[in-house]
Amino acid sequence: MWKYVAKKILLALPVLLGITIIDYLIMSLAGSPLDMLANPRTTQAAIDAKAAQWGLDQSLWAQYGRWLTQLLQGNLGYSYKSYQPVSALIAGSIGPTLLLMGVSLVAGLLIAVPAGIYSAVHRYQKRDYAVVTASFFASSIPGFFLALLLIYLFTVRLGWLPSGGMATPGTGGDFWDVARHMVMPVIVLAVSVAGSNIRYIRSAMLEILEMDYLRTARAKGIGRFLVINKHALRNALLPIVTVIGMQIPTLFGGAVIVEKMFSWPGLGLVTMNAITGRDYPVIMGVCLLSAVVVLAANLLTDIVYALVDPTIKY
Amino acid sequence: MRSSALSLVWRRFCRHRLALVSLFVLLTLMFMAAFAPLIAPYPPTKVSPAFSQPPSAQHLLGTDQIGRDVFSRLLYATRVSLLVGLLATAISTAVGVVLGLVSGYFGGVVDKIIMSFTDMVMSFPYILLVLVAAAIFEPGLWSIILILGFVDWPGVARLVRGNVLSLRETNFCKSDVTAGMPGRYILFSEILPNTMAPVLVYATSVFAISILDEAALSYLGMGVQPPTPSLGNLLNGAESLTILTTKPWLWLPAGVTVILLVVCINFVGDALRDALDPRSSL
Repeated sequence: MWKYVAKKILLALPVLLGITIIDYLIMSLAGSPLDMLANPRTTQAAIDAKAAQWGLDQSLWAQYGRWLTQLLQGNLGYSYKSYQPVSALIAGSIGPTLLLMGVSLVAGLLIAVPAGIYSAVHRYQKRDYAVVTASFFASSIPGFFLALLLIYLFTVRLGWLPSGGMATPGTGGDFWDVARHMVMPVIVLAVSVAGSNIRYIRSAMLEILEMDYLRTARAKGIGRFLVINKHALRNALLPIVTVIGMQIPTLFGGAVIVEKMFSWPGLGLVTMNAITGRDYPVIMGVCLLSAVVVLAANLLTDIVYALVDPTIKY
Repeated sequence: MRSSALSLVWRRFCRHRLALVSLFVLLTLMFMAAFAPLIAPYPPTKVSPAFSQPPSAQHLLGTDQIGRDVFSRLLYATRVSLLVGLLATAISTAVGVVLGLVSGYFGGVVDKIIMSFTDMVMSFPYILLVLVAAAIFEPGLWSIILILGFVDWPGVARLVRGNVLSLRETNFCKSDVTAGMPGRYILFSEILPNTMAPVLVYATSVFAISILDEAALSYLGMGVQPPTPSLGNLLNGAESLTILTTKPWLWLPAGVTVILLVVCINFVGDALRDALDPRSSL
């Protein structure tokens, strides 16, 4: 088992390195942060000094090499804008993002798993079509548009929920306050999670319902409830695990837009600001982090898969 | 023989009522978008003194803050969004098919390199890649098409590669090899046609995703730039609270159009999957 995990990690490392190289290239093509400094009152000498300070006067490969050496020493660099260490910026904003992503993932799956099973069990009946149609709509609605509709309904018309932020300004933000701020962002993300997953779970369940061992289980006469929830669901867990793993990058990306819509003080907002401000070290830090998260999610999926499925040899 | 195969696919497709309705709606919207210059009552950028008028007989969906006809702008926006979706899908499908074919057919080192590159692109949070790319190029119609086109291909590449790997082992391909057929014949005349059906189905979902992404990017101001209307940047105005609350005709139609387009494309794609599946019965 440990050998399997170690092998997977070793295989993921070159991919990670490749991702950071692509990041650096794309980012440098995007334009130099020095352009943002230029205004009539800055002298060329001042800009050159900045360039030397940030190492931007060197070749692209030298710049990347410097970033990588720093990284290996555990230093992500400093933001060009706020001069804060990138690690501190990320550490300060990752909590809200993880909270939002975690709650949304759980909420989305709590809708998707029962709905998918229900739909599969009642295959080709009206209820099945209703669930599938609903899932199509849920995955077709743009997140930002749903966010607008929710703000219109709950904030403007009904005045029940705050339109943005994580806590009411001036208060520390106790549990209920944060929960109230979370309702709308979580709905938006959970709808997209549920919408894209109901059909996967339905088809996974359908495949299993046709297996011989389920016919045996039914023939034993243990009752419909046990057949579905004990024999079928347990075997359907396998594809469901894969689906959850696939959701992580999508969620990470979706969070960027949702955080922007609801001004949720998380990583997405930091990222958007860094991209528009060409804050190289911050962009690299976030890209590295997201790549690590995605690769770790893939790894975890593989491991859980190996644990759940006794036929997989590692 | 060929036509009977097509009619079989069509008969299977028709079993999905919802997909049939979707196809009709989709074709209608495409028709209206294609002939927007003939249908639209006003030019999309023509400014009139009637500011922020609610819908009336003269302006079917009202006018915006500088007096442009919203219905006309919506028609042109649908046109732009469909164009972005179609071209982005065409690019990403072409790139994916080529890379998948090469990777699956030649195998070895080439396969390893292409697939690890595919893994890298896939490991990016999708929207992050798009956002960084959108920051590189001058935002605009053509750069958004290229960005979406060059971001969506990994799924197609993997799909095609998997198909090639299994098709290579079939008897009809092996017999070609035995008969001494050239590699390009096997690749393009035997393998490629047999992998087109799943690619077509996958392409419908890429089409839907491209339209959604264009809307999101343009909404954030990083996609199609005004005054060129697109479904995303028409929604942009809704960021202001007064528009959101008092002038729903400015943002609701564009949002509904996006949902309608994407839902219809997804339904058609789903029915196509069933219809093209040789295992499904009639």
